[in-house]
Amino acid sequence: MSEVTPTNVTRGDLYGLAAEFTTTPAIYHAAEKTNAAGFKWFDCLVPFPVHGLDRAMGVKMTILPILVFFGGMTGLFAACVLQIFTNAMEFDFWALLPVVGYQYDVSGKPFLAAAAFVPVAFEMTVLFSALTAVFGTLFLNKLPMFYHPVLKHEALSRATDDRFFLIIEARDPKFSQDEVETFLKSLNPEAVIALEK
Amino acid sequence: MKVTEVKNDNIRLGGIATKLGPILAVIGIAFLALSAGLGSGEGWNTFWKSYLVGWMVSLGLCLGALFFVLLQHLTRSGWSVSIRRLAEGIAKNLTWLWMLFVPILIMVLKGDGAILYEWGDTHLMETDHLLHAKAGYLSPTFWSIRAIFYLATWTIIGTLYFKWSTAQDHDGDVKWTHKMQKWAPICMILFAFTQSYASIDWIMTLQPRWFSTMFAVYYWVSCMCGFFALIILFARFLQKTGHIQKSITTEHYHDLGKWLFGIGVVFWAYIAFSQYMLIWYANLPVETNWYMARQLGGWGPVSLVLLFGHFLIPFVLLITRWTKRWRSPLPIISAWLLLMFFIDIYWLVMPVVPEEAISSAKTYNELANNITAAEIGYGFSIVNFTCLIAMVLMVLGGTLINLRKCNLVATEDPRLNEALQFENA
Repeated sequence: MSEVTPTNVTRGDLYGLAAEFTTTPAIYHAAEKTNAAGFKWFDCLVPFPVHGLDRAMGVKMTILPILVFFGGMTGLFAACVLQIFTNAMEFDFWALLPVVGYQYDVSGKPFLAAAAFVPVAFEMTVLFSALTAVFGTLFLNKLPMFYHPVLKHEALSRATDDRFFLIIEARDPKFSQDEVETFLKSLNPEAVIALEK
Repeated sequence: MKVTEVKNDNIRLGGIATKLGPILAVIGIAFLALSAGLGSGEGWNTFWKSYLVGWMVSLGLCLGALFFVLLQHLTRSGWSVSIRRLAEGIAKNLTWLWMLFVPILIMVLKGDGAILYEWGDTHLMETDHLLHAKAGYLSPTFWSIRAIFYLATWTIIGTLYFKWSTAQDHDGDVKWTHKMQKWAPICMILFAFTQSYASIDWIMTLQPRWFSTMFAVYYWVSCMCGFFALIILFARFLQKTGHIQKSITTEHYHDLGKWLFGIGVVFWAYIAFSQYMLIWYANLPVETNWYMARQLGGWGPVSLVLLFGHFLIPFVLLITRWTKRWRSPLPIISAWLLLMFFIDIYWLVMPVVPEEAISSAKTYNELANNITAAEIGYGFSIVNFTCLIAMVLMVLGGTLINLRKCNLVATEDPRLNEALQFENA
């Protein structure tokens, strides 16, 4: 075990402390223990999806489905209003300003032809749901992100190859450099690395 | 969960479930006899139409199961191994289910087909130009040959897949899996062909002038809705009575719930609406008549029951993750959708197009105000229910009898471990 003890990073510049692991069970149990110890701001860097890791970390269910549902409802509502307004509207404001839709006679169908509106309403629901899903994912993950502190640490680049890292961030309310370092070492990592902002 | 734990689990049918099979089957047969007795009083047209409803419902449940089994082998699915035996047990009913069609076959071959199918009337087929053009396809002989072909195909596939799968329980040989996978594509093609033409021959030709290219898909998707509702209830029933506690987990219910939602609710509505909208838009009398019959008189509310009960309400109920994972709501919604499947088939078979009333009416309102229940075939008789109950009970009883002598889980399937480890992300 070759440990790199953090010395050369000053307290204000500290992004967090990373512990390096070589196996999936090790990172899994480390994540469980970190979650149990009450840390909130921590993350795992792994080269491939580790099944159940999000649950071990205590990551909550995403709210994205709820956003998508309301996105879809917005699309449905917009499509219905738009079609009804443009095709079948006929009223006036205080007997002064008449508002009449484009009342085209299409093969004798009524102007308010609900069946004809359904495909458009369906497509708009799908479109709005899809757009909410895409942009909601980007927003909830704070993407696009042009800089992240872990990117400048050469040691952490192995997270894309054969190493697993658990990082406890300095903004965690329970963070204190010495205690976290002791805690991470208790997880039996290969190394503990201090990360600069 | 480990495969060995599943093997030591309660995977043999026992207790009340063993006794229930024969009891249900006997009650079913008794109900069928009762229906025949009632049929002579109610009129044979009512009886045979009710019989057809019961037949298409019970057949649909078994065909849905057969499709599911074939699909799992076609896609080499791992998640479904722990529930596949239940579907195989339902599909195994196809071994004897053809017997229920024999009376209809005899009736058509004897030349009495006109009791049920308008095209059975040879005089009408010669005088009506539109029907005369279809006389080749709708001749009783050709119709019967096709029917025998469909029934033989399903009987063979249903029996073989059950046999192969249970044979693997005994010797644990992976060759059975290879065999089932090898035959899955050809069986699936045969299934698609026979199921499509069966729905056309047996339901669509009730109104021989009408046609819809969507109809085969519509019947298929209705069957899938019924099947997924049934298998959720069946798995729940077996677990409640102390069987297969270990192999069927929340994850499997979640996935079955997704199928029920995706195919049984959303895709059903998609197909039903697509069929409706094209006919509504083109507005050709020969096509719109079929829907006209289903919005006049008492059939209007039944159509609305399907719109709300088969689509809108279950859509809202099943869209969230937790209703699919929580064990109490899912069986309740499944039972509801099974009921909707019965109503759906009833709605397909029973209405009669009032062609004379439509052609003589000047306006739609005149038609709607003057139409009688008899003209559109609206009205419930006790035979409608006894026939349906009879055949559904026979399928349920038959399923339990089929599963008496084998494991309730395909314990030797090489992908069982994959099914046990499966988790929805």
